[in-house]
Amino acid sequence: MFSQFMINAWEASTIVAVVAGIVGFFTVLRGSSFAAHALPNGAFAGAAGASLIGASTILGLGVFSLLGAVGIAILGRRARRDVATALTIVVMLGLGSLFLSMSTEYAPEIYSLLFGEVLGVSSNELLPTAVIGMICIAAIIVLYRPLLLTSVVPDVAETRGIKGHWMEFAFLLVVALVTTMAVPVVGTLLIFSLLVSPAAAARSFTNRPLAAMGLSVVLALVTVWSAIALSYTSNLPIGFFVGTIGAVTYAIGRGWTVRRRLTWPAFGGASLRP
Amino acid sequence: MADTAQSSSSEILAVANVSVSLSGREILRDVSFRCDAGEFIGLIGSNGAGKTTLFRVIMGLIAPTSGTIRVAGKARSRRNPLIGYVPQKIGLDPDMPIRARDLVGLGIDGHRFGMPRPTAKRNALIDAMLDAVDATSFANARVGNLSGGEQQRIMIAHALISRPSLLLLDEPLANLDIRSEQEVVSLVARVAKVQHVAVLFAAHGMNPLLPVMDRVVYIAGGRVASGNTEDVVTTESLSRLYGRHIDVIRVHDRVLVVAGREDEGLHHAELAAPPGSA
Amino acid sequence: MIPASIGSAIIEPGFFSSAPVQVALVVGAVAAVVSGVVGVFTVARGQSFAGHSLADVGTAGGSAAFLLGISPLFGFVAMNLIAAGVMELIGIRRRRGRDIATGVVLGAALGLAALFLYFDTTSTSTTGATINVLFGSIFTLPSSMVPVIVALSALAIAITLFLYRPLILSSLSPDLAAARGIPLRFVGVGFLAALALAVSLSAITIGAILSTALLIGPAATALRLTKRTGFAVAAAAVIGVGATWLGVVLAYDSYYWTPSHRGWPVSFFVVTVVFVLYLVVNLVATRRASGRRTSAPEAR
Repeated sequence: MFSQFMINAWEASTIVAVVAGIVGFFTVLRGSSFAAHALPNGAFAGAAGASLIGASTILGLGVFSLLGAVGIAILGRRARRDVATALTIVVMLGLGSLFLSMSTEYAPEIYSLLFGEVLGVSSNELLPTAVIGMICIAAIIVLYRPLLLTSVVPDVAETRGIKGHWMEFAFLLVVALVTTMAVPVVGTLLIFSLLVSPAAAARSFTNRPLAAMGLSVVLALVTVWSAIALSYTSNLPIGFFVGTIGAVTYAIGRGWTVRRRLTWPAFGGASLRP
Repeated sequence: MADTAQSSSSEILAVANVSVSLSGREILRDVSFRCDAGEFIGLIGSNGAGKTTLFRVIMGLIAPTSGTIRVAGKARSRRNPLIGYVPQKIGLDPDMPIRARDLVGLGIDGHRFGMPRPTAKRNALIDAMLDAVDATSFANARVGNLSGGEQQRIMIAHALISRPSLLLLDEPLANLDIRSEQEVVSLVARVAKVQHVAVLFAAHGMNPLLPVMDRVVYIAGGRVASGNTEDVVTTESLSRLYGRHIDVIRVHDRVLVVAGREDEGLHHAELAAPPGSA
Repeated sequence: MIPASIGSAIIEPGFFSSAPVQVALVVGAVAAVVSGVVGVFTVARGQSFAGHSLADVGTAGGSAAFLLGISPLFGFVAMNLIAAGVMELIGIRRRRGRDIATGVVLGAALGLAALFLYFDTTSTSTTGATINVLFGSIFTLPSSMVPVIVALSALAIAITLFLYRPLILSSLSPDLAAARGIPLRFVGVGFLAALALAVSLSAITIGAILSTALLIGPAATALRLTKRTGFAVAAAAVIGVGATWLGVVLAYDSYYWTPSHRGWPVSFFVVTVVFVLYLVVNLVATRRASGRRTSAPEAR
């Protein structure tokens, strides 16, 4: 499991999990799980298009996920966010079906983009993945305060000069960046799951935002490492393990929340932990 | 009876002849009043009278179709750090991992980029503010799990921690029982006095505010009457404002405002608190 | 045989007289009507993500059914009903929380789909299957299933109509609905069941992309045109059917556009028509609203 061949898989997935845990904190806080699903899946259409014209997969992913972010942001100004996201994803997928119909031969990588082929990562992909990952983390650090404020109390944030529309757009751009770096490594299903489930579970166990973000990273790492190990030993698809582990951690988190509410009558009204 | 607009060094807010139209409907018409430093002003009016719109104009979120607004002598701008705002609907999600003290802390620097630096000074500031609004006991609780009243106190702390000159509260008394009403009013009055903050407190009825109110701005049908309570809240003044007969009855130290005739959109009889329940 | 996905159907000369095309037009129209009706409430209740997810979620059930030798349609529907039940059971009332729960369920279901597709390597190659999960329908249904499809569509519409009034009220103002004694949980579950049915039918017959496009697009457009639910439902159905038929005709026509005589997929055309129509209606509606603002007479 720890052969030279697998080392790349471990390293690449670690980078992706850390970034996904951090960005996932805000994804879940803002309830943007639809966008976290739409951008990677829509970006896949870009990869197909790039393959068609002989451009690099990453370029196709990048362009389409960027277009997706722009689409959701612009449509979202007039319509509900989920309608905007639905329209954006079907347009991207519609284009994707067009690209796929135009050629019978596509680079084999693009098929792995859907359900993930972590094992197919080569060493020279690690550096660009890490670099873009660092950019994503830096963006979250820079945006942290205003993004947190606008996600929690948008009305008040507006009065302090934080324009919700621009924050939404900036956040979608970060998710688009995450998509570009992660989809070639882990595929669309995994990045979606890693953006949602770990952070969703983490927030059940702590009240502090930074602790929740940290726990989200830990859970993402545990999820993806376990999934690789299990997939390697059982030969079953890694996506299955990521999805299942995600659901289980989420369920444990919700169970913990329900238990807290039932057994601690002073919960919420008194100071409990520092 | 409108106050004449005079510029003075202690004047925090000067609204002059402001009219606002939205989607072709005129919401505010020729509104004028002013507010001095440390004054507690009750903005009294029913639903749809235009209180929230007035707030949004003051905060620079809507542009008036005519008239001017000056905050501390300067023309109003977007994101005025001198104005603190407490919205009517707070409704925080219990799933959000953010504590009361985190939210109050964002009141200091939430509009700046980057991450909060947990210095001792910052923490001391937060602790002091939490103490001022009696929120220390639930400072570490998740904001979404707090009761409506507790969340409101956190939002007041959030608004005041950056030391604004003017605090706008949008109907904080809606859905509160009488005792909670009195608690909120005295809390706001107390903290505002300590920080010497001017307060514009929007409400349906003025009775809960009578003990602390310096002046009243009565808003109906997009127009206002502002000044001292004795001058504004009279049968003649309010009848003129509403454009129909209004009776103002004083019972002990409570005020009863009764519409002369049943009519939609009008302020119905405002029930006075039973005497002795103060 | 209903084509595996209209998106991949190769259109031949003799278009309208060809039996597969006739079936496609009929099935497409039925799917469009059901999607339009259910879609109006889906959009109004902010459940677009659930509606989209069910198109992918059902795939896991369909794959499992296929492995077990049962008709994929029933596996699809069963999986969606279970998933809808789980989403409702988690019982989060706020929209954000519901979408997170939907995301987790979707992630798990896609993982299951990956698993079942991995097992099912005999009839389809894995790579082709994964593509079709996303872009089309990997299941083929015999023409004998058409009556079943129509019947289930009617059922989905019937449930929606049965819940019509309480649905409108609970979507607009849950508090008022609760005060009036409407069992919100029951209405919510009932509607999700109708949604699960509708999405299952459309996803299997016309593919996952079109399932979402016809669920959300026409409904969103219709709600821009009118605030009255009855009109919106009718408009959404009409827009959906129109877009589907226009898309099919364009796809047939595109066969002649390129010398290679490949033709472009129906799903591309239908989505484009739906989207363009949405944009146009929105532009017109916005123009009208601002026109009303600027032409309003100034105060006395």
